[in-house]
Amino acid sequence: MRNRFSWFNATSLTLGFAFLYLPILILVVYSFNSSKLVTVWAGFSTKWYGELFHDQAFMDAAIVTLKVGLASSTLATVLGTMAAYVLVRGGRFFGRTLFSGMIYAPLVVPDVITGLSLLLLFISIGLDRGIGTIVLAHATFSMCYVSVVVSSRLVSFDRALEEAALDLGCTPWDAFKSVTLPIIAPAVISGWLLAFTLSLDDLVIASFASGPSATTLPMKIFSQVRLGVSPEINALSTILISIVTVGVVTTSVLTKQAAVRRKRQEQEAAKQD
Amino acid sequence: MSEDAEKGAVPTPAFAPWDDPQAKPLIRFQGVTKKFGEFVAIDDLSLDIYEREFFALLGPSGCGKTTLMRMLAGFENPSMGGITLAGRDIVPVPPNKRPVNMMFQSYALFPHLSVADNIAFGLKRSDMAKSEIAGRVDEMLGLVQLRKFAARKPHQISGGQRQRVALARALAKAPKLLLLDEPLGALDRKLREETQFELMDIQEKLGTTFVIVTHDQEEAMTVASRVAVMDNGRLVQVDTPERIYEFPVSRYVADFIGDVNLIEGRIETLTKDCATVVWAETMPPITAGLPQGIGAGEACVFAIRPEKVTISAERPPDAVNALPGKVLDIGYLGNMSTYHVELANGQVIKSQMTNQRRLARRAFSWEDQVWVSFTATGGLILMA
Amino acid sequence: MFNFRRFFLISVPYIWLLLLFLVPFGIVLKISLSDSALAIPPYSPTFDLSAGWAGFREMWAAFDFENFLWLVDDSLYIKAYLSSVWIALVSMILTLLVGYPIAYGMAKAPEEWRPTLMMLIILPFWTSFLIRVYAWIGILGSQGYLNQFLLWIGVIDEPLVLLNTSLAVYIGIVYTYLPFMVLPIYATLEKLDGDLLEAAEDLGCSRISAFWLITVPLSRPGVIAGCFLVFIPVVGEFVIPSLLGGSRTLMIGKVLWDEFFANRDWPLASAVAVILLLILIIPIVLFQRQQQRAQEAGQ
Repeated sequence: MRNRFSWFNATSLTLGFAFLYLPILILVVYSFNSSKLVTVWAGFSTKWYGELFHDQAFMDAAIVTLKVGLASSTLATVLGTMAAYVLVRGGRFFGRTLFSGMIYAPLVVPDVITGLSLLLLFISIGLDRGIGTIVLAHATFSMCYVSVVVSSRLVSFDRALEEAALDLGCTPWDAFKSVTLPIIAPAVISGWLLAFTLSLDDLVIASFASGPSATTLPMKIFSQVRLGVSPEINALSTILISIVTVGVVTTSVLTKQAAVRRKRQEQEAAKQD
Repeated sequence: MSEDAEKGAVPTPAFAPWDDPQAKPLIRFQGVTKKFGEFVAIDDLSLDIYEREFFALLGPSGCGKTTLMRMLAGFENPSMGGITLAGRDIVPVPPNKRPVNMMFQSYALFPHLSVADNIAFGLKRSDMAKSEIAGRVDEMLGLVQLRKFAARKPHQISGGQRQRVALARALAKAPKLLLLDEPLGALDRKLREETQFELMDIQEKLGTTFVIVTHDQEEAMTVASRVAVMDNGRLVQVDTPERIYEFPVSRYVADFIGDVNLIEGRIETLTKDCATVVWAETMPPITAGLPQGIGAGEACVFAIRPEKVTISAERPPDAVNALPGKVLDIGYLGNMSTYHVELANGQVIKSQMTNQRRLARRAFSWEDQVWVSFTATGGLILMA
Repeated sequence: MFNFRRFFLISVPYIWLLLLFLVPFGIVLKISLSDSALAIPPYSPTFDLSAGWAGFREMWAAFDFENFLWLVDDSLYIKAYLSSVWIALVSMILTLLVGYPIAYGMAKAPEEWRPTLMMLIILPFWTSFLIRVYAWIGILGSQGYLNQFLLWIGVIDEPLVLLNTSLAVYIGIVYTYLPFMVLPIYATLEKLDGDLLEAAEDLGCSRISAFWLITVPLSRPGVIAGCFLVFIPVVGEFVIPSLLGGSRTLMIGKVLWDEFFANRDWPLASAVAVILLLILIIPIVLFQRQQQRAQEAGQ
């Protein structure tokens, strides 16, 4: 492998990442603009952040979103992990093809259809729409993402580990709890994070599934943004982007360090033979 | 090899419960068949394994040896037939309730647990008192000489150490039977040889019955008290390593274990103590010991190991069998050399000779005309 | 042997998906065959469980394909379907053109850089979709940053109309869906054995022809996966056309939304959904098959 960038690759990467990050960067910079006219720079200010925190509608929406996100992603993680286990270890059972179809389909079905169909379901069984129905809707489509993440980990999981646990006296449930779960835990956690992000991010399905009593943050942002650029939304976006960036960068640095440390330990260990 | 290597003259080892009609087997397979869908993995197999044995299941991949072992561990159940352990039917017993432990091919060490916790894993799930577990773990760590590494995680120790942890973990619960699935497959050759002897020491020290699955015939021969050669879900031969090597019951076993020359022919005459085999018009017949179950005039295979074939420049005057040919190829292995000698009819015979002299003074070279000779008891006549 | 644990494990997610994924589709299908009505819920017939079998027969008799005929009659819907597919195709190709060089550059980058580059591609993926689309409103508006910049350097004399055009929709789609294209292509390119290229050059290929003869064909699975991952969701896209597109940019996701929320014509919205799903079934099935083949090849 070559150890440096060729000029062509360096250019395509620079342009590509500029395209990806410039819009976000502009958004962040202008969230500190003191002018109400968002596109005209009038000096540094954090006043929009203050206004944001005093806007009760935004705060309410944020709380609804968090509640929905926590509940739906936890539910989705439990269901998705079960589904992944069934897919990878379930063997044959009646309707297996239908089951795996139902796991993969929500990943590609447009949000408008998922949202519409769930709304029609909630209405026809007479369920009051609100936070509860959004949680159900989000759990349903995110469990599919969780199960994809977890099953890809389970596929590469050495089955002998579970057999060894049984061989050493574990019941199947004990083997799952004390061997399988700790080993697939990173995948389960990233599944949960993915489900949480998907829930935080979703506009379309939440719009269908919620009633007048519950407005999520994306719904609130969408109704504001339709009227044009607003400095408050810039501030809110900056907060959300910062949280995600800090989270992703930290985990990526930590995983990288762990991988490096592990590799070094393995190399040292190999020398002992 | 001298003339006195008569059939059956292989010394009987002191430990031979399989020859004792009074001995009760620890494990008994009775008419066991295992099918996976249409595929027959084990075909009506019966086998006894005795206490304190180091028993090897040997065969190519897909011969059913792993399935047989997994039935002992409880991960597979026979489609037909019964398996008993110390007289008790174990078929309905789930793996976690069997007094059997297994050392996995991949070692299957729990990556999130330390070496000591891996060894303690099974003990914590037994009725052993908590206070005793630490002592037992320490004892096992001592047995495999890994006390220093107790706190390490599996990825922090070497391949050979991992193998020993896997062994200690499987032995910790003092099982009646230890199963070893290709236990040394992941080690390099040198380490493997050392470990084979360690395994034998440990087995002798503990007196536990070991059943090992391997495709490596040298490994099976080295460690085992008895070897079962398997093919297509059946047992072809179950015997001590010496007898399997010297008295294979079939062409398959002769060919599978070690190197062998196979000469196809037909029995010409059968006398009281020897038989002759005709195999080529231009060649003299081969004289060998009496075959079993083959009559005069029937097709047969004459099998002889390369080290039983001698090469000389002149025809040895008293040789029972001597055939002329020329040296085709010489493979120098250091301690010995393998000669490929082409006989006049095109048949190639391998001969292995120890290199007692330095290379410079080697007796034979390429294209040399030589005689290959062997005694009447050097080879075996087998069914074609 | 009946295994209660296994039964429980299978049935919980199974029943969940049946009730919250499959049954709702049945309901959509059912309502698409009903008539719009000024009632709550705004369609008829409604199925009354208490009427039992007779009620079911009555409902069945009232079903018709009126909504679907309506969709065919009114050219708006056909245009919307066609334009959605067209926009999805064009933006898929644009995303490929932008994404391939990025994926290639990442795969050829020094090994210690790759995790960082990978993180930089995934980071926007975790950031709110809505916010990323919103960022372009500020850039593309008539008073937006892009127009200001172009006016300032003197390329143009008056602001360009960019927002609320198809161009804005394309930019928005390429921008938001880029990671979906880059990641699968990068995955195949990264696995590509460098020796193959050296072998090709050794056998007389120039660098460029080695790229076309070796790299491109071997990255095909990644390209195909990326194209599906962009095409399928874009056909049903709602947020981008409604924020960046004008009234002239017709996309079916937006039509469905408006039919439902603005016109409250549930049966018609359901019929739109049914047709949209039918359009997507072919690429979805093709995609599943391709994924399966890739998985088998990987084993």
